[in-house]
Amino acid sequence: MKLDSKIPEGPIGEKWTKHKFKLKLVNPANRRKYDIIVVGTGLAGSSAAASLGEMGYNVKVFCFQDSPRRAHSIAAQGGINSAKNYRNDGDSVYRLFYDTVKGGDYRAREGNVHRLAEVSVNIIDQCVAQGVPFAREYGGLLDNRSFGGAQVSRTFYARGQTGQQLLLGAYSALERQVNEGTVKQYTRHEMLDVVTVDGVTRGVVVRDLVTGEIESHSAHAVLLCTGGYGNVFYLSTNAQGCNVTAAWRAHKKGALFANPCFTQIHPTCIPVSGDHQSKLTLMSESLRNDGRVWVPAKPGDKRLAFDIPESERDYFLERKYPSFGNLVPRDVASRNAKEMCDLGKGVGASGLAVYLDFADSIKRLGEDAVRAKYGNLFDMYAQITGENPYKTPMRIYPAVHYTMGGLWVDYNLSTTIKGLYSLGEANFSDHGANRLGASALMQGLADGYFVIPATLSDYLAEIGPKAIDKTHPAFAQAVKDVQERTARLLAINGKKTANEYHKELGKIMWEYCGMARNKEGLQKAQKLIQELRADFWKNVKVSGEAGELNPNLERAGRVADFLELGELMVVDALERNESCGGHFREEYQTDENEAQRDDDNYAYVAAWEYKGDNKPEELHKEDLVFENVKLTQRSYK
Amino acid sequence: MAGNMNITLKVWRQKNAHTKGKLVSYDAKDVSPDMSFLEMIDEVNEVLIKKGDEPIAFDHDCREGICGMCSMVIDGRPHGPKEGITTCQLHMRSFKDGDTITIEPWRAKGFPVVKDLVVDRSAFDRIIQAGGYISVNTGVTIDANAIAISKQDSDKAFDAATCIGCGACVAACKNASAMLFLSAKVSQLSLLPQGHPERMSRVENMLQQMEDEGFGNCSNTGACSVECPKEIGQEHIARLNREFIAAKASSENV
Amino acid sequence: MNWFTSAVSSSVGKKIMMALTGLFLCSFLVVHLIGNLQLLNLDLGISFNTYAQFMSHNPVIQTISKGNFAIILAHALIALFLTRQNAKARPIGYQVKKGSANSTWSSRNMGLLGTILLVFIAVHLYHFWWAVHYGGSIPTREYLTDNGDIVAYTDLYQAVWFAFSNPFIVAFYVLSMIAMGYHLYHGFASAFQSLGLNHIKYNFFIKVLGFLFYFVIPALYAYIPLKIYFLTCCSSSSCSH
Repeated sequence: MKLDSKIPEGPIGEKWTKHKFKLKLVNPANRRKYDIIVVGTGLAGSSAAASLGEMGYNVKVFCFQDSPRRAHSIAAQGGINSAKNYRNDGDSVYRLFYDTVKGGDYRAREGNVHRLAEVSVNIIDQCVAQGVPFAREYGGLLDNRSFGGAQVSRTFYARGQTGQQLLLGAYSALERQVNEGTVKQYTRHEMLDVVTVDGVTRGVVVRDLVTGEIESHSAHAVLLCTGGYGNVFYLSTNAQGCNVTAAWRAHKKGALFANPCFTQIHPTCIPVSGDHQSKLTLMSESLRNDGRVWVPAKPGDKRLAFDIPESERDYFLERKYPSFGNLVPRDVASRNAKEMCDLGKGVGASGLAVYLDFADSIKRLGEDAVRAKYGNLFDMYAQITGENPYKTPMRIYPAVHYTMGGLWVDYNLSTTIKGLYSLGEANFSDHGANRLGASALMQGLADGYFVIPATLSDYLAEIGPKAIDKTHPAFAQAVKDVQERTARLLAINGKKTANEYHKELGKIMWEYCGMARNKEGLQKAQKLIQELRADFWKNVKVSGEAGELNPNLERAGRVADFLELGELMVVDALERNESCGGHFREEYQTDENEAQRDDDNYAYVAAWEYKGDNKPEELHKEDLVFENVKLTQRSYK
Repeated sequence: MAGNMNITLKVWRQKNAHTKGKLVSYDAKDVSPDMSFLEMIDEVNEVLIKKGDEPIAFDHDCREGICGMCSMVIDGRPHGPKEGITTCQLHMRSFKDGDTITIEPWRAKGFPVVKDLVVDRSAFDRIIQAGGYISVNTGVTIDANAIAISKQDSDKAFDAATCIGCGACVAACKNASAMLFLSAKVSQLSLLPQGHPERMSRVENMLQQMEDEGFGNCSNTGACSVECPKEIGQEHIARLNREFIAAKASSENV
Repeated sequence: MNWFTSAVSSSVGKKIMMALTGLFLCSFLVVHLIGNLQLLNLDLGISFNTYAQFMSHNPVIQTISKGNFAIILAHALIALFLTRQNAKARPIGYQVKKGSANSTWSSRNMGLLGTILLVFIAVHLYHFWWAVHYGGSIPTREYLTDNGDIVAYTDLYQAVWFAFSNPFIVAFYVLSMIAMGYHLYHGFASAFQSLGLNHIKYNFFIKVLGFLFYFVIPALYAYIPLKIYFLTCCSSSSCSH
């Protein structure tokens, strides 16, 4: 298979404009003859479904939650980047493009990223027009802040809930289309398969989570906007329901899965409190602006924080990175925290945490000033841990936060299955090996509002509005396959719950395919996952029935897919013999313990093709060409 | 572990929308005070699954207080005894060893029970569909800074916009009224100039939809604001009332 | 439905009707109280009976009075309708209720309080209003006016004093006034909220005015029968009217 990224020719700044001109259009009168299915209602899904509905297509949108507004985009706190340059601080589309490619450690496509930077400007206009209440200054204009160590203030925000407000904007646009009748909304429906006929997408199979009924829906095109797969680690900042199932089933039907090992680990999360833990909570990394990260200098020091004198503390980030200090990028901060804990310097009952101390800031600025800045985060911390962060230092530990990998898509966001598209975190396209803060929201909305409406028309115009034949046996077959799989899960009647398997998988992934990886560990992990998966299909216990609301059954199906994805992540990590961004191979580091890229051999996208159950997947490489950005080694010393 | 608790749960169990339900007792053993309330139920469910019983069905997703999915009335209070948080943010350290905790679903005609503690909140989507939006298509080219909005209005709009659509307001209201939910959206969009062109039809249509969904009438008890995890205030309901009076007095929908 | 009926019959419309009728009845309370306070003038009833004569014979007042009855009835009927509708909005109730955690007792018991008040009004009307207008059981009393004429007024003053020498009637009145206090504790401020009048600048005034209505006015109303009772029972042996 030859991967064609379809990046348009020409100078970087003209690619998207020229490409849009070349794309075929669908006559407005013909649009209602096309059925389009959108799966997932986060920023990418809601914005895509609303925009396509507005254009006049006949859209069906599916989500597993009880309302489209619940999608996990809501949890994004920090903000959304846009190259508006309202601050006159030297920002531009080109700079955002450059920063994003660099931040991704040169593993993203230039063409895609430049387009993202271009439309970032339109996103803010669109959202403000929808009534998204972005933070404003006293003069009434929009406020910006610098985020995640960026040198320009290009981040727009809405208190600590930017994701929520942006999603509510897209959701309201979507509900408007539901009211207009262009979009039909299916909540509490989970996509379980793609229907293809001769390699072309013809629809999906979904399970009505309330009645348990397995239904098929036909469409001219299907858009998977199903988010990331961070929950493969069991503990992550993702919502409980976040899963890879839709993307994975598409992968098994022929869509390549790209860069699965690229995972972002966020340094400022609240540590695990015990085995009961079901999820991790992120605190905005803005905390690192005023908090100082430290551990006891002596391993095994179990004294309380305030009993440890200044001289016996190790402010390791400040020590190792004098110029960036506590503001080093996410991956560097995370890895260093792990290193300290591995040295036995971790704090708290579990020993898996480092301190984030605000004592100096409180002394310098006063408690009120600190409260004004971070009050809600401090409250959240106190709520979860039962400790008062104004009095004792916070304990933090890294947690899985975002997955850069995902379904391989070309410049048009098309997967390798014709008619099947992937948007937002579900695809792999724009963040390379590491995502910049405040860029996830930008990408989701760019894909949904501005990219897919243009690129999808081209495909639809090409295939024509002929109705899909739903009587084709492929539909009945896909339904039957899903029913059989469900029946199989229920029939095993073993001893262990799906949750237990999930926890075990998570531990393997975190241990061997987390913040730092090495060959030996990855090989071990692969074997462990294979064994765990085999055991799952022999010994899982799923109670309840197929024909009812059965969260236990839903969970089991998702865990089964994670057990397959986990192995692919490990294989991908093994194959990539370099360190880059969120992928840190211990064998490949500089003398200063920084990620050591190998641009000569690994400047490519690793796209994996499914070859059948328990068979090794086949690697396809898409070479990355850098015409504008100069590849350099990061340094935060 | 030391400090762990044993707790008795009385949970509403109901097979589906068509059957009758009842409270069933369960023992939650060795509960750590650091557990979240939902993690405590997770553990009870693990035991139930292993016994081959049906686990307790409940809605939840983000588990960090923002998605609005979790929805339990705990000892008579939506989202439990603490204010300003959702059920998923409630931790077991708020309870004592030996406590008996009663857990019921949201109760309202507009929120029929789907199963156990899961209710159908699609009525909220339909209320938004009736007008909870600004009618702009994708492709707006008016610069975001073309309209200045006073910080005061924008902050107030934000206060309203923090609504997570969980439905605790309905669950708390003795009349099962959805006025706080409705007012949050009406208030947000009426405070922003972008929302002005449609403000009259918006409030009229959304209120009509709320009534059609079978929610009750507001009698200003204020319970909704107290139980609201985002602490949305009564002033938004007052604003809704003003908007409604103005709309009925001056809109041309005769 | 045209726009007006649809506005009035809507959820907010009914609240507004409750607010407007309620506030009108509050204004009535003030007028009524000023009259009632004349009962405490130990002037053989001339000021009170003059007031009563004026109130029951002036055509404008009579019209307002009819309106007042209509408004009491409307307030009660809309409330009844709302209560029924609200009960339907929660067909299955909670097993554990904890309203005290999030709302005042009076806000949750407006229906009960209103019913007590309705019973009170019925008894009160029967007692005095009916007796004056249709009962014919109250004798008249003659007074000398300033310009030398002699006028004869129904001696309602005497009738009230007589009634309030009965401890059961006094207790009934006092309890009813406590109910009214609780009713207005929620109702008065709530009416402004229903009308959309909620503003940080003026909420303080609503609060102060509210105190007047839920505490001072009911207290004064309750004070009258108590005062008369104690005056009559402790002096019944030594002096007589």
